[in-house]
Amino acid sequence: MVQFSQEQLTEFNRLVSRYPEGKQKSALLPVLHLAQQSFGGWLSQETLDYVAELLKIKPIEVYEVATFYSMYNLKPVGKYLFEVCQTGPCMIKGSDDIVAYIYEKLGIKPGETTADGLFTLKTVECLGACGYAPMMQLGKHYREHLTKEKVDAIIEECRKNAAANN
Amino acid sequence: MSEQPLFKVTIDNITIEVPAGTTILNAARKIGGEVAPPAMCYYSKLEGSGGKCRTCLVEVSKGSEKDPRPMPKLVASCRTTVMDGMEVKNITSEKVIDARNGVVEFLLINHPLDCPVCDQAGECHLQDLSYNHGKEGTRFEFQKRVFKKHDLGPYIQLHMTRCILCYRCVFTADQLTGKREHGVLDRGDHAEIATFIEKSLENEFIGNVIDVCPVGALTDKTFRFKNRVWFLKPMDAHRDCPTCSGKVTLWNRGDEVYRVTARKDQWGEVEDWICNTCRFEKKNTSDWVIEGPRLIDRHSVIAQGHYAGSVGMHKPTETFEAVHNGRKPKLLMDIHSVSNVNRPEITLSKLDRPAHSSDFKPNQD
Amino acid sequence: MGVKLLLDKAHIEGIRSFEVYRREGGYKAVEKALKEMNPESIVEEVKKSGLRGRGGAGFPAGMKWSFIAKPEGIPRHLVCNADESEPGTFKDRYLMEHIPHLLIEGLIISSFALGSNDTYIYIRGEYAWIPDILEQAIEEAKANGFLGKNILGTGFDCNIHVQRGAGAYICGEETALIESLEGKRGNPRIKPPFPAIQGLWQRPTVVNNVETLSAVVPIINIGGEEYAKIGIGRSTGTKLISACGNINKPGVYEIDMTISVEEFIYSDEYCGGIANGKKLKACIPGGSSVPVLPANLLLKTAKGEPRLMNYESLADGGFATGSSMGSGGFIVLDEDQCIVKHTYTLARFYRHESCGQCSPCREGTGWMEKILKKIDEGQGKMSDIDLLWDIQRKIEGNTICPLGDAAAWPVAAAIRHFRDEFEWHIQHPEEAQKRNYGLAHYADPIHVPA
Repeated sequence: MVQFSQEQLTEFNRLVSRYPEGKQKSALLPVLHLAQQSFGGWLSQETLDYVAELLKIKPIEVYEVATFYSMYNLKPVGKYLFEVCQTGPCMIKGSDDIVAYIYEKLGIKPGETTADGLFTLKTVECLGACGYAPMMQLGKHYREHLTKEKVDAIIEECRKNAAANN
Repeated sequence: MSEQPLFKVTIDNITIEVPAGTTILNAARKIGGEVAPPAMCYYSKLEGSGGKCRTCLVEVSKGSEKDPRPMPKLVASCRTTVMDGMEVKNITSEKVIDARNGVVEFLLINHPLDCPVCDQAGECHLQDLSYNHGKEGTRFEFQKRVFKKHDLGPYIQLHMTRCILCYRCVFTADQLTGKREHGVLDRGDHAEIATFIEKSLENEFIGNVIDVCPVGALTDKTFRFKNRVWFLKPMDAHRDCPTCSGKVTLWNRGDEVYRVTARKDQWGEVEDWICNTCRFEKKNTSDWVIEGPRLIDRHSVIAQGHYAGSVGMHKPTETFEAVHNGRKPKLLMDIHSVSNVNRPEITLSKLDRPAHSSDFKPNQD
Repeated sequence: MGVKLLLDKAHIEGIRSFEVYRREGGYKAVEKALKEMNPESIVEEVKKSGLRGRGGAGFPAGMKWSFIAKPEGIPRHLVCNADESEPGTFKDRYLMEHIPHLLIEGLIISSFALGSNDTYIYIRGEYAWIPDILEQAIEEAKANGFLGKNILGTGFDCNIHVQRGAGAYICGEETALIESLEGKRGNPRIKPPFPAIQGLWQRPTVVNNVETLSAVVPIINIGGEEYAKIGIGRSTGTKLISACGNINKPGVYEIDMTISVEEFIYSDEYCGGIANGKKLKACIPGGSSVPVLPANLLLKTAKGEPRLMNYESLADGGFATGSSMGSGGFIVLDEDQCIVKHTYTLARFYRHESCGQCSPCREGTGWMEKILKKIDEGQGKMSDIDLLWDIQRKIEGNTICPLGDAAAWPVAAAIRHFRDEFEWHIQHPEEAQKRNYGLAHYADPIHVPA
């Protein structure tokens, strides 16, 4: 069953407390981020219903929001999500090559996950790092000025982290 | 009640006075006829509706008496209130007609155009709109958008490909049922009406989403493929309903009730919301007290005179010629000029046998 | 070296911390504003400064502030728009990452001027690490009496909250941002009513960009009149430009708006010239939605005068021969870049980011993307160019919010200035897959005969 831990509930309460009495729905976006982070990097229907219950709103209000914003994953994703920007400024700096190289290395195309469940590749639209292109988002942070060598290093780093955490 | 000041507004050269706070669209509806802009998403009985479809765009050529500057862009007449001395151009503005043609084209590029198998055909606002503003042929050369099918239960049939995302059904569920279970999911050109989880919509008033839907996206499952609306005879009827007003329109063929809808006014808007029991469960003439034939006064296929006389067709005010200095509306084509079948001089009823192609041969002499 | 008002201290070590920021003269503007001034005089000062909104629209900030309704007993809110998402733009990120206290200081003063006791920063969700930086700055400011209850003993209470978005360009539009802040889909509202009357939770609200609010600090410090002396005409003060693309030194630069475009691109102080010794082909000077200009029209106006990096000069000639300052996202394309493909990625971006509420944008953006993709892949027809032109024309001005215009303009400008490249693409589909159209006639600044 989906349930926030005590610590996560404290964070939930902090998020809700930012808004006036009765406007707790305003916390929906941050709470969905918290839920996604807490429950395996994606939002299941059960999770969405749980968030609706916590915020005392209708489930459909949560579904509408969760499907609108591109950062919420409504299907399971790999442990490491490579979100490669492909908009104009990144494109002219070679983002297509980065996507192709990731395919060469990991055998995954945009939208796909490696068989071991470690990596998911996603192409995204402008992330606001145009001066540091090509780039991708990995977790909370950006990886910028990407080259094939850097992609190699990132994949290596992820594999090491995954091994260490197992 | 406090006195509402009256504002003078001129729409397509016709001036009327309306209370402050009236929208351009409602002012134009007061004048009536073609001066009233088409509205695919606005619904006067649904709070918050309007502004989205952009079919009702008009040109404000004079802002007001105080500030006569024209508005820089076309505005959505359903969401813009009149000012005193405002001058508006609707069908007299080339810009408006051009933009409206564009909007209609946008609404149609991904529309399946499956009118021949659509239950809404004949009373579809998109059909009317395309008839008035659409062009022959399409410039869209790509595959049309498709959606995954969703089942909304035993009463309501959803055809997402026909949807124009007017949001009326969302407002209806919010404002009538208080317990909305469907909504607009996803975004952009993939936004869709859905429940997210397969769910049947069963609230006692949810059937009204069928009546507010301007297209064939939400239709009555109990009437599905049963008949074409123009073959049916609309009759006003009522019953003593514990849930709703019980005032409905029955759509009959002979004595058989094919479907039950709310009564709609000349703008196609529901007069009284009705409950699911009245709509879906009461399909016997004996369930109802028949009041008499329903006047249908919209420019659509069902109003094309099939039951003129017996039912009586109430024609809307014609303003086109008045505002265009006597110019007649342009027809897409004059049927008499292209088809011998419709040549008025041939009186088919005088033949004592079925008509044959030789009967239509032009005179040889 | 030009005047710097925002980034002058950004490189000082430790400037992210309250201690260093304060030591360097930080929060003096708050002291001045809250103790020596009143809300009306602050608004007056901002009006005098001529500060224009730095998010893209360039609307005078002081005037926007003066529109806020003040009904008795209803709270008002200031909302900081940190949803920086316009392709080519990454200046607000730089400010927040490097000198967060400047924004916090600007927010305190502006909140005081507008009477906002609860102020919100709405930051794009992908900038996931920046809320931590901002929240730390807020905590520090609170610990030192600059936020919270009874700030500096003046009786003014103010809290600043940071909320992350979740991936939606449209939330940079102020009413979509407000909807999102209320926990809803980012559908722009139909105006009127404007946020200044009914904004966040139906309360009077002002939404301003990060850079705009940060600029309030130097305006209070040096005074509106002094601020207005910097720059030219109605382009007062300094502007952050985020430069990217095929240049030697991509990054964020603070300019006073007197320098020429040529200087900005070629001088070592700024972009450092075109990378790899290539030639300049085209540039989008104000974020992806403003018109792209070929090199000749970029460096000189149609009148043959040098084009300057300010609101008026970049817009000189209207959209026929000019562009716009926009958000300051400066995208430079060299001779190897394909305008068709670049325009296609932008069209894809706008289709992806359309909220889907109104028909012209929902349907038109996808249609344009499909046609551009087809042309890019060598399947185009000559009539597609006119069709694209007609589609963008029918989107522009007919949508609920400016996203429709933002989607239409790049396509319009690409066709207007690079029609020959589109035609070449269509007529030489195989060759176009192998090589680039190159510079054509855009290389030399136009010479206007005397």
